[in-house]
Amino acid sequence: MSETLSPASAKTARFFDPLDFLARYGTLVALALLIVFNLIFTRNFATLQTLNVNLTQVCTIVIVAIGMTMVIGTGGIDLSVGSIMAISGALAPLIFLGTIFPVGNIGVSVTLAIAVALLAATLLGLFNGWLVAKMRIQPIIATLVLFIAGRGIAQVLTNGNLQVFRVPEFQWIGLGRPFGIPVQVMIMVVMIVVAAWILRRTVLGRQILATGGNEKAAGLAGIPVDRIKLTVYGISGFCAGVAGLVVIAINSASDANLVGLGMELDAIAAVAVGGTLLVGGKATIIGTLIGALTIQLVRYTLLSNGLPEGAALMVQAAIIAGAVWLQQQGRVR
Amino acid sequence: MKRRVDMRVLLGTYGVVVALVLLVAFGWWRYENFLGMFNVMSVLRYNSMFALVALGMCFVIMTGGIDLSVGSTAALGSVAAALGSHYGIIPGIVGGVGAGLLVGTVNGTLVTRLNIMPFIATLATMLAASGAALLLANNQSVSISYETGFMNLGQGNIWILPIPAVIAALAYVAGSVILNFTSAGRTVLAIGGNEDATNMMGLRTERIKFLTYLASGSLAGLAGVILAAQFGAGQPIEGVGWELFAIAAVVVGGTLLTGGMGSVGTTLAGVLLLGILFNMLNFENGMGWISLSAYWQSVIRGGFLLVVVIIQARLMSKEAKHVTS
Repeated sequence: MSETLSPASAKTARFFDPLDFLARYGTLVALALLIVFNLIFTRNFATLQTLNVNLTQVCTIVIVAIGMTMVIGTGGIDLSVGSIMAISGALAPLIFLGTIFPVGNIGVSVTLAIAVALLAATLLGLFNGWLVAKMRIQPIIATLVLFIAGRGIAQVLTNGNLQVFRVPEFQWIGLGRPFGIPVQVMIMVVMIVVAAWILRRTVLGRQILATGGNEKAAGLAGIPVDRIKLTVYGISGFCAGVAGLVVIAINSASDANLVGLGMELDAIAAVAVGGTLLVGGKATIIGTLIGALTIQLVRYTLLSNGLPEGAALMVQAAIIAGAVWLQQQGRVR
Repeated sequence: MKRRVDMRVLLGTYGVVVALVLLVAFGWWRYENFLGMFNVMSVLRYNSMFALVALGMCFVIMTGGIDLSVGSTAALGSVAAALGSHYGIIPGIVGGVGAGLLVGTVNGTLVTRLNIMPFIATLATMLAASGAALLLANNQSVSISYETGFMNLGQGNIWILPIPAVIAALAYVAGSVILNFTSAGRTVLAIGGNEDATNMMGLRTERIKFLTYLASGSLAGLAGVILAAQFGAGQPIEGVGWELFAIAAVVVGGTLLTGGMGSVGTTLAGVLLLGILFNMLNFENGMGWISLSAYWQSVIRGGFLLVVVIIQARLMSKEAKHVTS
């Protein structure tokens, strides 16, 4: 479930150690317990609709968190994802609504809109990577630049106006349900599979973790550390771009003030709860998915059982701190 | 060689003050009333909240930590202060600062006792404080009492000086004295420089780190008191993004995010610089030559931050080369 470069201590593996077990699989256990709890106490929980509601709500967080997992795997962090979502979400409607330039065929313009939005998001991610890799600026500060400026850029692009649209060809991303499965959930699953494959089975994946584990050693071993960093920030930008498109497609509207607001922290929380080390060197995409699902299901459970939003936030906080603490206990041993 | 290195450090540290002076001079030359009493005082009044938050953040960052919870702590503080204000000024202040102290205590405990990384620990308390603010305020803004004089904390003047600016100035003087003239202050910088070495020297690193989170929390709470007094209500959903603005101000002020180096005075300069950029945008629009929407302010701030961090990175890498050569 988790990809580690350094071999885990084989000694403790022989005996059953409850704390170690919890540290490894605590989040999964919590998720299972939550599902059982809901099956018993929450009315109408075991329905396709509940599944769809939860999956559609969590899927943008997961998509962003996939890129975040890779960035954090190199020991970095990306605070700009929410702002990049806003830019991608602002650009696409400008193009397929023909605000910038008129395009005759709706199919062409939607394709163009998606391509341009994703390209812009990827380029912005590469810009982050350039600041981190070439200018040697700390990731928190480097991505803080676009966190602050990015939402402003999106607002300037749209003049702060809400862009409302009815373009079924585009909104299929957010509202389409072939075989009863929401399209955005399919996108999420595909991205998870690809990302997990990259991280586990490809040279790039190994190099990401090596960079995060010990950057100097990785560099001396001939790993192109700078290029790896550039790549992960580019991937993170791309993921944020996809998430931005999904959000506006669901809403049938794009509001540069709101798209992706606070997303960076949601994504980081999912990554951390999922068991990826924030210092880098160990990353798990499946863990991130489980982390995001757990946080989402906790919120859903509390809110659908009548607890106020404030209480749900406090429980969420306790789970984030508790999960990270538990994982640390496993590591100390 | 040594003198040239010193020049670079000097420029890295006090460059922000030079930039601030230049910016103010430009504004004075270009805009009528830019240095007028009303404008200066309203800029100071409005930015005093951010100044307080940035001061606490500065101390935390100097130890190599970070505090993401300041924004929601300020929101929680504003709600607690608004509720307290109905019993008088003092209960209002105690409520706000007390709420901040509580969050700071939790942060300090998570970071120093449970060894959770500051980024994650304070991310969690950020959510928790925000949740507590919503619960306490019952999901709506809480009106302050207008009978007890509590609103003077945000809207009143001492002679011609806005009271919140006076509070912030006092806090900065205290912060500067603590950092430069007390052993605790020197320990803060020592921890950020090399925590293990500081520990081995027998200094109480854990306790000092705990205290920085306590300070950051209570200053954010105090900012919440001013927020409530200035806008007449406790705002449970205010403070979003304050933490990152404060970090930006601290960075612009020349404090290294890796800790070990920093200054209280230049942090204030960083806050004022980012605040004045917005103010100047308003004046520029007022001149009628250009019409930039308020949305440009974040673009300009971000661009400004970019320039500053690139210059800093350049200075740092050159300095590093000098040291090694």
